[in-house]
Amino acid sequence: MKSGSSAPRAEFRREPETQLASRRRALEILGRALLAATVLPAFRVRAETAQAAVTAVKPAFGAGSLAEVLELLDAHPVPSDDISLVVPDFVENGALVPVEITSRVPGAQQIYIISEANPFPLVARFSVPDETEAFVATRIKVANSCNIHALVQSDGRFLSAVKATTVTVGGCGA
Amino acid sequence: MPDPIRIRAQAKDGGTDIHVLMPHPMETGFRKDEAGEFITAHYITDVEILVAGRTVLKATLSRAVSEDPLLFFRIKGGQPNEPVRVSWVDSWGERRVDESVITAAT
Repeated sequence: MKSGSSAPRAEFRREPETQLASRRRALEILGRALLAATVLPAFRVRAETAQAAVTAVKPAFGAGSLAEVLELLDAHPVPSDDISLVVPDFVENGALVPVEITSRVPGAQQIYIISEANPFPLVARFSVPDETEAFVATRIKVANSCNIHALVQSDGRFLSAVKATTVTVGGCGA
Repeated sequence: MPDPIRIRAQAKDGGTDIHVLMPHPMETGFRKDEAGEFITAHYITDVEILVAGRTVLKATLSRAVSEDPLLFFRIKGGQPNEPVRVSWVDSWGERRVDESVITAAT
């Protein structure tokens, strides 16, 4: 399931900024070798390289577990009743799971959605300026029945809410 | 080029409800086609929404956001006829920008 994306993810994990460029270069060369080997269409390599760059800029999105996401965000979240996280208890289709987060935490700046069982658990991050309500609703893919976490960052502090959801058909096939 | 972004922004109770739907395949890279080949990952990574030139929401998305990403949020101000501009960039570097205006509550 993870093939194709787990390699760049491992490459970029916790690398200092200065090494990223050479790492990316190495990855690019590796990509070209793969191209020669498998005769992939050229656009595909371009896409994979772009993707690796995205992963490098946003390391937490490349993390493979909840613990790793929290580590890369330097987050030690405290459970809070000031966050309401609405996710259905049961979902038939894991490819379309509605998630709604409302925060009453003063000065909320970032809202994160994390789906614990996903190959890449960090699903989305929203930056919310003062003039926007700390509320966001979207639809996500959930690989398996698991906990969904809402993380709210306010002045370097992280608060969280958790909700379990049961998925009949996983969202990885979509 | 993907279809236009659908934007609905409605002034309501002193704030503005904003719904954004961005047609996009949001391919994870984990799916296979009929030939058994992995379909290349292709998903929106960054979204920015501006109202009257001010950024009201920035979103960073992963491949785990559902196909045709939908965002619903609410801003504190907003007047009818103020422009709402939504732009996205995806993992292939493709972009799309669309604009609409805030409508009055019906």
